[in-house]
Amino acid sequence: MDPTLIFDRGRAGRRGSTLPRMDVPPKHAMPTTLLRPDPADLPEVSELDVVRHYVNLSRRNLAIDTSFYPLGSCTMKYNPKSHERIAALPGFANLHPLLPQLRHGGALTQGALEVLFEFEMLLREILGFTGFTMQPLAGSHGELTGVMMIAAWHRSRDDTRNVMLIPDAAHGTNPASAAIAGFEVCELATDPDGNVDMADLDSKLNDNTAGIMLTCPNTLGLFDPNVTVICDRVHAAGGLCYGDGANLNAILGRLRPGDLGFDVMHLNLHKTFTTPHGGGGPGSGVVGVSDVLEPFLPISRVEKRQDGSYALDYGHSDSIGYIAPFYGNFGLILRAFAYTITLGRKGLLRIGENAVINANYIRTKLAAHFDIPFDRVCTHECVVSASCYNRYGVHAIDICKALLDRGYHPPTMYFPLIVPEALMIEPTETESKETLDGFIQALIDITEQIKQDPESILAAPLTCPVRRLDETAAARKPDLAAPRSR
Amino acid sequence: MPYIANTDDDRREMLAEIGVADIDALWQEAGVSMPQPDFAAMPEGKSEYEVIRYLAGLADKNADNLTGFLGMGFYDHYIPSVVSEITGRNEFYTAYTPYQPEASQGTLQAMYEYQSAICRLLDMDVSNASLYDGGTALFEAMMMGIRTTRRRRAVLAGTVSPIYRKMIQCYSRNLDIELVISDSSENSADTDMAALKTLLDDQTACVMVQYPNVFGSVEDWSDLIAYAKERRIITICSCYPVALSMLRSPGLLGFDIATGEGQCLGNNLSFGGPYLGFIATSTHHMRKLPGRIVGRTTDTAGETGFVLTLQTREQHIRRERATSNICTNEGLCALAAITYLSCIGKEGFVELGRLCAAKACYTRDELLRIPGVGVAGQTAFFNEFVLRLPMEAAEVVSRMIDKGFAAGFPLSRYYPERKNDLLIAVTEKRSREEIRAFAVAMEAVLTNR
Repeated sequence: MDPTLIFDRGRAGRRGSTLPRMDVPPKHAMPTTLLRPDPADLPEVSELDVVRHYVNLSRRNLAIDTSFYPLGSCTMKYNPKSHERIAALPGFANLHPLLPQLRHGGALTQGALEVLFEFEMLLREILGFTGFTMQPLAGSHGELTGVMMIAAWHRSRDDTRNVMLIPDAAHGTNPASAAIAGFEVCELATDPDGNVDMADLDSKLNDNTAGIMLTCPNTLGLFDPNVTVICDRVHAAGGLCYGDGANLNAILGRLRPGDLGFDVMHLNLHKTFTTPHGGGGPGSGVVGVSDVLEPFLPISRVEKRQDGSYALDYGHSDSIGYIAPFYGNFGLILRAFAYTITLGRKGLLRIGENAVINANYIRTKLAAHFDIPFDRVCTHECVVSASCYNRYGVHAIDICKALLDRGYHPPTMYFPLIVPEALMIEPTETESKETLDGFIQALIDITEQIKQDPESILAAPLTCPVRRLDETAAARKPDLAAPRSR
Repeated sequence: MPYIANTDDDRREMLAEIGVADIDALWQEAGVSMPQPDFAAMPEGKSEYEVIRYLAGLADKNADNLTGFLGMGFYDHYIPSVVSEITGRNEFYTAYTPYQPEASQGTLQAMYEYQSAICRLLDMDVSNASLYDGGTALFEAMMMGIRTTRRRRAVLAGTVSPIYRKMIQCYSRNLDIELVISDSSENSADTDMAALKTLLDDQTACVMVQYPNVFGSVEDWSDLIAYAKERRIITICSCYPVALSMLRSPGLLGFDIATGEGQCLGNNLSFGGPYLGFIATSTHHMRKLPGRIVGRTTDTAGETGFVLTLQTREQHIRRERATSNICTNEGLCALAAITYLSCIGKEGFVELGRLCAAKACYTRDELLRIPGVGVAGQTAFFNEFVLRLPMEAAEVVSRMIDKGFAAGFPLSRYYPERKNDLLIAVTEKRSREEIRAFAVAMEAVLTNR
């Protein structure tokens, strides 16, 4: 069945909303030459049409709340429902961000400022950094904020060094963010154990080294035991160390990245602190810094005054400035704060370890069925390779599609780029052993099916709303918006 | 433990399968040998009830109940109940970026519909699936202009939001970009078109303006666009989507790129985010767009379906040469926008615009009756305008809070020379009675100095 677009439902003149009545003279103050000649061609549907359309669309999705969703590097942990209630409280949801910028306006937003301030205090303790900015609006935005602070630090010392070292296994956002902060990117090799190649690092450190962007644990799901040595060497060469916190869930409650030698790190609240992923955002990429970079944090910052009240502070002359229009994605910061105070100390201590047990359980159980490129104890996710099934004509993508027919969202595929036929599996700590057992069995069943009937795997999925889609045609002849004539 | 399923027995069985004695041995083998911090400053955990009670208490400390005339790019429009009902669907809000299209047709189709609605509103050919906010969207548009023209000079009208100006200054700092900002007269709320034109030369990559401008002024950009096009300068418009219910669209005016803040389309004010950046352009510039884009295609059985497309622009493929570093964007806020626009609908959207415009005129007329209140050089406006008060605007706003009103934004915060200027926004939510009460309160404040 071809999907009907919302624009093709309803009919001319149908309405789905009621508006307040016109209780003032119907005037306007715009010249007729600037008036729109025709109304925008928006849907003409009833409220029920809208509800039924989007409820039915939602049923064409897999999500954490419907299915196990072990998408590697994305930390698809359960999103507690109380958080949605809290974010919808009118005192938060309807609060205008310009209120605290009015004279004496701080008094109007004490609750919201308390959330920002107290969450920062908890994050300092959990991560071992001196200060945070809540402003970055997603992980990659946090990366950009972080490397811009590194750029500002070098500039403040009249140092023109401009090379950022980035391992070849890194997320693509790392080099892309470094480029926008004005850096040249120099790639670092990975050694046979899946760590940074130390000889390669040493050969590339010089007086042009501005810093390093290191994902910890790395994108292979491995903790690099040299991490503190790497930070020391980069520091000795005159650079600063950026920690990409995409994989922070692995070490949450076990290590404090600030203690490892990182000068700056972003966290993805939508990963580690369980704010909903939203089908592709909104995210939040709050950034922590050590003493060295603290003066460069974006403004505004929130301060607590002697009398116990909270206020916005714009007075930092070295600050890199405005990263976001206001104080960050507040709705998400609020949810992450609720999560953190629910966990408390004991809850925090158990996050990383349960994530790591779950991932290693999967790795151990799959070891006999897949190639494991760096065969050692992993952290919160494991990367396996489907290369061993290429001789049947089956690739990682085919295994992913076969998983869909078994009711599972597939792992991340073909990442990191340095592992051929990669499947990157991240279960998170919120999943139970039974769920993992079911998933493991599904993967093993698929490998059996590959050996007996590879053609059937290539035909998957058969039970989704659509079969495999023609992505080449989509890119070659882009159809990106519905044509306007009905 | 909160949100952890496995019991101690589960953990024991799993550790045995892994082949380690206990969790410490597992960490050791994973290369983590540093001692575990004790997190002594962390408080003990709380129950769901305790957390809700604490945060509801904090919510009560915030003033969400003032009668609002505060805008400056962020507006208090009514959001129909349908919107949160749809964005609250578990299948939407607990999914992620649709990397597996067969399992994400709901999100993908909704994003395609969002892109279509944005194109119709702006009269553009192509929209992406969202950016963070209006400010970052304007920066991304500027970068498109710089890449397209291979020139390094970017011109920003002085009447663009000072918040966006500060963001673009911040982002441009490390790039080889000459950012030039046009002067604006303190005695006018309109853009000094002549001053802006003098900054445009054949070395200029792009010119960025706001429509309506930060003071609410509605301006005809046709002349400037023609002038810029003669010099092959990319023209960029940051716009307020609700104003486009009545106003000629950026596409019809001839802009190359349109961006803006989509908070007003069904997203809560939420103390500054999450919001919704949008960006749209002509087919000509399609491959320079940043971020995710959804396309319509067919499956192996010939049925219609949707996928992420044109991905060779993006960071996961092109890395440091990508059109942008953006990855996660604002999917759920874009879903709110398409749900909102569907609910409000073609006819309702026009009615919404007329209500905002009429109530703004009424508010302005009522306030202008107060002795000493004057205008500030403003030819035309939609639902937001500047008034020059007989006393310091920041002080007036402060006193109006005591009377239950968020009276507007005192412009002196960003424009020190505009000490007495107040920026006032009016949405469909303000009733005639509220507006009259507002005028009475303002008169009381202004005459009791």
